[in-house]
Formats: sequence, structure tokens, C-alpha cells
Amino acid sequence: MNLIPNTPRITPELVAEHGLKPEEYDHFVKLIGREPTITELGIVSAMWNEHCSYKSSKVWLRTLPTTGKRVIQGPGENAGVVDIGDGLAVVFKMESHNHPSFIEPYQGAGTGVGGILRDVFTMGARPIAALNALRFGDCHNLKTRRLLAGVVAGIGGYGNSFGVPTVGGSVGFHKRYNGNILVNAMAVGLAKTDEIFYAAATGVGRAIVYLGSKTGRDGIHGATMASAEFGADAEEKRPTVQVGDPFAEKLLLEACLEIMQAGCVVAIQDMGAAGLTCSAVEMGAKGDLGVELNLDAVPCRETGMTAYEMMLSESQERMLMVIADGKEAEAEAIFKKWGLDFAIVGHTTDTLRFVVKHKGLVEADLPIKELGDEAPEYRRPYEEPAPRPEILPSDVRTTASVADALERLIASPDLCSKRWVWEQYDHLILGNTVQRPGGDAAVVRVNDGPKALAMTTDVTPRYCEAGPFEGGKQAVAEAWRNLTAVGATPIAVTDNLNFGNPEKPEIMGQFVACVKGIGAACEALDFPVVSGNVSLYNETNGKAILPTPTIGGVGLIEDLDQTMTLNFKAAGEPVLLIGKTKGWLGASAFLATVCEREEGAPPPVDLIAEKRNGDFVRNLIRDGVATAVHDVSDGGLLVALAEMAMASGIGVSLEDAPDGMDPYAWWFGEDQARYVVTVASGQGAEVIHKAEMAGVPIMKIGKTGGDRLIVPDDRSIVVESLKDRHETWLPIYMGASS
Amino acid sequence: MKPAVILFPGSNREQDAVRALRLVSGAKPQVVWHAEHELPKGTDLVVLPGGFSYGDYLRCGAIAARANIMEAVRAHAARGGLVLGICNGFQILCEAGLLPGVLVRNARLRFVCREVLLRVERADTPFTKAYRKGELIRIPVAHGEGNYTADEATIARIEGEGRVAFRYARPDSRIDETDGPNGAINGIAGIYSEKFNVLGMMPHPENYIEPEIGPTDGRGLFESLAGALKAA
Repeated sequence: MNLIPNTPRITPELVAEHGLKPEEYDHFVKLIGREPTITELGIVSAMWNEHCSYKSSKVWLRTLPTTGKRVIQGPGENAGVVDIGDGLAVVFKMESHNHPSFIEPYQGAGTGVGGILRDVFTMGARPIAALNALRFGDCHNLKTRRLLAGVVAGIGGYGNSFGVPTVGGSVGFHKRYNGNILVNAMAVGLAKTDEIFYAAATGVGRAIVYLGSKTGRDGIHGATMASAEFGADAEEKRPTVQVGDPFAEKLLLEACLEIMQAGCVVAIQDMGAAGLTCSAVEMGAKGDLGVELNLDAVPCRETGMTAYEMMLSESQERMLMVIADGKEAEAEAIFKKWGLDFAIVGHTTDTLRFVVKHKGLVEADLPIKELGDEAPEYRRPYEEPAPRPEILPSDVRTTASVADALERLIASPDLCSKRWVWEQYDHLILGNTVQRPGGDAAVVRVNDGPKALAMTTDVTPRYCEAGPFEGGKQAVAEAWRNLTAVGATPIAVTDNLNFGNPEKPEIMGQFVACVKGIGAACEALDFPVVSGNVSLYNETNGKAILPTPTIGGVGLIEDLDQTMTLNFKAAGEPVLLIGKTKGWLGASAFLATVCEREEGAPPPVDLIAEKRNGDFVRNLIRDGVATAVHDVSDGGLLVALAEMAMASGIGVSLEDAPDGMDPYAWWFGEDQARYVVTVASGQGAEVIHKAEMAGVPIMKIGKTGGDRLIVPDDRSIVVESLKDRHETWLPIYMGASS
Repeated sequence: MKPAVILFPGSNREQDAVRALRLVSGAKPQVVWHAEHELPKGTDLVVLPGGFSYGDYLRCGAIAARANIMEAVRAHAARGGLVLGICNGFQILCEAGLLPGVLVRNARLRFVCREVLLRVERADTPFTKAYRKGELIRIPVAHGEGNYTADEATIARIEGEGRVAFRYARPDSRIDETDGPNGAINGIAGIYSEKFNVLGMMPHPENYIEPEIGPTDGRGLFESLAGALKAA
């Protein structure tokens, strides 16, 4: 068969439309020694765009710590795999679906959830939990309400129907997301350590099988869209957003796990970004094999689809597999039982070529390694971010009293209750949700117990903007702290790095500094990165988002009896603050919300103190000494205390700020490595002694009891009324009655 | 006790139901594929689990109600056999004509997953003997279309025959439609068939079974069933 004649001609305009730079196109022409066909141009644009190739980020991602005694599979596969003992592994990853969600929030967010669930069950794991991290524009922006409603409904619509509990996440607002929201979805699954499945194909001449839903024209060029800035025409890109079918995904899950159990699968790769192209190339390239596809066999939803369209379609709920010799019929029977399409669409070869045939013509014939794992990579120029000055308490003025400030903070868009959001997610299905949304971390039992997994997503974008290195460290430290606060041993993270245009040195500088910060913290906290995703070009009309490296952390709890919650348990218990307080107001929620100033350096993260203080708190939980634990983060100490009170309905009487400490800095400073812990009455002195022996800063700051939050020299606040403010901001904003 | 849990494409709480039956009654439930024509021999309880059978396409439960196995379920019910439909199972029972009425979209048009209070309307059925009449129990809901409704005559008949199993209640036991999770008429959360051998309910008692996980008010329903079927 001959290569098809080159119509249309490949013009510079066509190359640009495919998101390839002229020098990248020249490199490609040199590589193949001739002008590419239009299908080949489509294929290379899909493989070499930022989203699939990580060409701007790879060189920095390699600096992250990715190994550890529990790590079975680090980055590079569909998801990370970490040993949790008893022959079981936790499989997890987080991925963004930012651009599609801005254009069409319901389908964009839903297919984001679908994509990440598929990444997890492709590895042979049954999904047991989903989380997310969402960022929207400021609440006065006209689009925010519609985007929030659509994204939340989309996440729920997909996850609820698929049947995975959505157990945690975060929602934040800032004007810098006005034109570019963030939807980061994380999935966590459970597999047997000796039944993990990988993408790398093995064996020449084996059948490559297409499974799942049919291929349509949806999502063509989705990955290319995700690799460019938005202009004013963002809304016109709606046809590139895929449409999700969670029902098909549920069937695909059950069918895939069933054929894996039956020993039919040699290699498996889901069709995510750039669909058939990316999955086929990755299977071949990772396995050092060639792949030949025959598109005549691809199940299509529409008639007359061209090779170009089939290769670039991002229709959802599809998988590609290499089937074990002689197992084709058994695999097909299982898929037919679940009502899914099953078609042999190609085979592996020993040529290291990626060959695509359609209607008797060769539409593409390309070197597979250079498309896949040997794609171009760049060391882009970057500027070190300029350090910001420290803000001293004496620089901060407000007319609000401490009580006023607390009321404003807990009813602010970022710190208010997100119940309106998570009640739209089924967080109880599968019957293993021990700690629901609203705590420091979600806790999900492993099978019938006693083990459990803790999970959380964290990042403080205003810190990353103010100081990307400390901000990167803080995102990791906060995830580690949240897992610790529920009694878990943090074991590994997935990262979802959302930034602006990497071709701008100042944006690349933010990226580099954040990655360095993440690396430093993961190293110090023995918290390796096992999977992740990079989302660049989050800009609209030249304005970048806040740098937002979301960290998804997973921790292990050996025995459910040793978990902890943040609500006060009884009256009369001493309230202890663990960790050192300098009163750091720079880049704080207090400064932003109450003083309307977004200034100053972010709080420094002392990783040695983080580890020491956290290990101490975890031991208090394991020894059964702590009765409630909460990490101190956004909004500082008083917000943490208020959250503990609101979760329980029990009040707290607080002591004065220490001598010489500015009260605002004491109550609202965001110094890191801190926890609030309560212990049974009468045990305070002993715990303080123990902490001092361990070199852990500790002090008694109050006592639980009553129905009010009492701050010295200020009006007391009834916990119920505080809770009412906390709970009602979002429903009122969304125009709901409850 | 020989329970059978029916698995439709898109069912997703079948394992939750299996676990609840196993833990509370010690039974080993059989999971039965929708395309089968017969129930396992000796089946004395059929459970239609929660989920999104057939993706909720067309109407919730409409396609599942026409599955092969439903003929056998209908025959089982006609013989007086016990049938429990939870959430999507309730929707399927209504679509299959085994229970009157229909479940439409929640009044607030959003999916809702939260704990609710249910008032147990009668404690003399095979499903509720372990509860007290009027008892308030904590059970979670998780649905987008749980708003029970029917024509006036049907509602009058159900009410007149005492066929309401559970109602969404306030902590003071009062029923307030606007306060419930979905706007169901008369706060109806679950209803019985004429002979009280078929129960459909939106809330999920199967998720409130184990103290390690949370409240255990759902146990009573499975204890009742185990008791009723042991006696028989």
C-alpha cells in the first residue's frame, strides 16, 4: 500500500492551526524525511502539544522525589501505585480539566472526573474515592455563579452515577481565575499488588483491541486547546468539549476488571487526551514496539469519519488493550455481556513504526519513539520571582475587632462552609466513608477494615503568588498536616500543577520555584510524588491565573480506632496549641479579606518543625490522648478554633494573647506547622510536659465549654450564630433556599 | 434467609446491600444478573439496589423495569414474597407497576446526599418490626429524583390504607414537605404494596449499618427482615 497523496497541502497556516511552532514542524519534517500527510500532522500535533508531551515541564518534573519504600509505580504510568500492606496497593492520580470546564462547565467537569477514574481503573484498581480542587473567579464576576453551579453538577452527575464517593476537595475564589477556572479531579483506587496493569505492550503480532463507547466527532483537538491560551473566542471552542456518559464508564469499569481477572489483558491504556493516537503511541513506545492500526474496524458513532477525525477524536469511555494470545474470544464475550463495543483494530509489530491504515490507504507511517517518549523537550528561560517584603503586625490597620474579623472570615467565599457543594456529591456510596467532607482529610475504610486511607487536596494560591518556593512547600506541608490531623501516616502525593503561559519567563519562574518548593517538602517529609499532571497556558487575554500547584495527599491508617476528628468532644477540656506562632500576617486570609490587602511574603515553612510537630500530634492520636485535632491554616488560630466549635456546638473560652503579641497577629497569623489539640480534662499538664521533652512548642490557650466562643476583651459570639453565618453564605450566593 | 440482589447495568449500590444483608442477618446474598429469567431456588427476599440503571436514560428505572428478571420478581411478589427496592430500586418498582406513583426530580433540582430523619410510620411489617411506631431514625439519602408523587386518588388510597412506610420528619417529629430533601408529597420517603410485602424507599438504610462508619439506624430494617424470614 502506498502513502496517500498529500491533499490538502501542508501550509504554514495549517501548521499554526495545529498549535505547532515553525521550528517544531521543521524538526518533524526532518525526522520523517518528507512532508507529512494531514493525518500525520494531526497525530504529531496531538503528541507534541504541551498537554501530552510535558515539553516545558519535564526537565523540572525530573527533579521531584518519586521513590520510596512503599512506591510500586511512580510518575509516567496512568496513575501512581503505592503499597499499603496486606498485598494491597492504593492507586491514585489527579488531573486538570480547566479549559473544557470554562467553556462548558457541566460536561467539562464531568469528563474530567471520567478521565481520572479511567486512569485509575486502567491500572487494575477499583476506584474507592474521588476528590477535587476547584478555583473560580471572584464572586462578583457575572460568570462565577453559573460556572460553579455547572462544575459542581457535572462532578456530581458523573461520579454519582459511576458510583464512587466524592469525599473531599476544596473550592476557592479569586479574580485571577475570572477567565480561566480550575477543575482538578483526583481519583483513588484499590488493587492487589500483584495484579497491577500497565500501558507498555509486549509481544509482536498481538491483537490490539478497541473497547467501550463508539468514536464520534467530539473533542477533536481538545488537547491542543488545553495547550494554548484563551482569547476572546473561548466560547467558540465549545465543539471541542467532550460529552460524558458515566453509565458507559461504569460498564467499562466492570468489564475491564472482569477481563483483567480472567487473565486476558497484556497491556491497557485508556483513551484520554488525543484519544486513539495517544493511547496507541504510548502502548507501542513504552513497550519498544511498533503499532499498526486499521481504522476500518473502529466502531464509529457517525458515518463518513476520516482517519484524521478518528485519530483525534476525544470521545469518552474508550480503552485500548493488547489481549493475551488466544484470549480474544473470552474477552469479547465479557464485553458483549456488558453491552460494550469490542473490535480488533490492529496489532503490535517489530518495526517501531506507527502505521495507520484506512480504506486501503496508509494515512500515517511515523517513527513511534519520537512521537512518544522521545518527544521534544525544552529548557525554557525563566526569571527568579522577586521576593516580597515581610508584613509586620505594626503595618496592619483595621477598625474591625477580633470578633468582627472572625465573623467576616468564616463567612468569606474562601472560608465559608462548602456544604452546598459537597451535598451534591454522593459521599457515602460503597459504605466505607468514615470521615465525610468538611474535616481536615477524608477517611475511607479499606474493604472491611481495620485499615483506612486518608486523603486531601491542598494548595494556597495566594502564597504561591507571593512566594512560589515557600508556596510550593506549603501546599505539600498542608496536605501532610491534614493527613496527620486525622491520624494517618502520609505516604505519597499526586500533583496537579496549574500555571500560565510557560513561554513567559516570569510564569516559568513561578513554575520552577513551585516545583523546587514541592520537591524540598516532599523530600523532607518522606512524601514522594507518584503521579501528576501539568496544566499550562491557563491565561485569558494575556492574564495568568494565580500559580496553583494542587497537591493531592494520601495517608495510611493502620487501624480505624486510631483516627481523629476536629470537633470538640466535651466541655471542660484543655485546648492546646502546638507549634510556634510569630504572628505572620503577610499573604494571610485576614489581610486579604478584612484589610483588603494582598501583600507581603507568605509564611515560611520550616520543614523540620513540620515533621517534628506532626509526628508528635500523630502519636497523641495513636496513644488515645488527643480528643480533637485540627490543623491551623487559612485564617489562622481563631478560625481553626471556630471550626472546631461549629462542628461540635461546644464553645470555648480563650486566654489572652501572649505578652507582647499583637492580638490580630496572634489570632489570625498563618504561621505554619501548627495544630490545635484538645485532651481530656486533667491531662493537659502531662501532654505539655511530653511536648516540651520532645522539643515541640506547646501552650494551653483555653478550655472548651458553654455555647460561646469567648475571646478576652472582646464580645463573645454564640457558636450557633457563627455557624449560621458560616453555613449560609454559599447557599445565599447561589440563590438557593437551603 | 435467602436474599437475591438484582444487578442491572448501572446499579452501583449492590455491594452496599450485600454487605448490609451479610453483616446484619448473616445471610449470603446471591447477586443475580438482570438478563436471567429465574431467581435462585428458594429466594425469599429480592433486593433491587440503588444506582443509575441504564444511566437513568429515558426515565429513572424505566428500562430496568422491563428487564428479563423483572418477570420473575413480579411472580415472586405475587406469591407474597418480600421485595425491597432502595433508591433506584424504588424507582424501578414504580416503573414496573409493583408500587403506585412515581419519583420525579427533587424540588430544588439538585442531587442531594445528606443524612435525614425518618419517622417510622408502622412497626408491624416484615420490614420494620425491629423499630417502634413513630420512632425517628437517622438514614442518609443520595438521589436527584426522589420526589415522590401520585394523583390525588392514589395518595388518598395509600394514606387511607396506611401504606406509607417512612416520612421525612423534623426533629420534633412533624412532617414538613418543604423541609425534606426532595419535596415529596406528604413527606413520603417509602411506601408499601397493598399486601405489605413490597417496600420501596429512597433513603439508604444499607449505608447506616456499622458503628465504625457512622450511625447504625439502618440495621433495624435488615434485622426485621431476618426475623421475619427466620420465622417463616
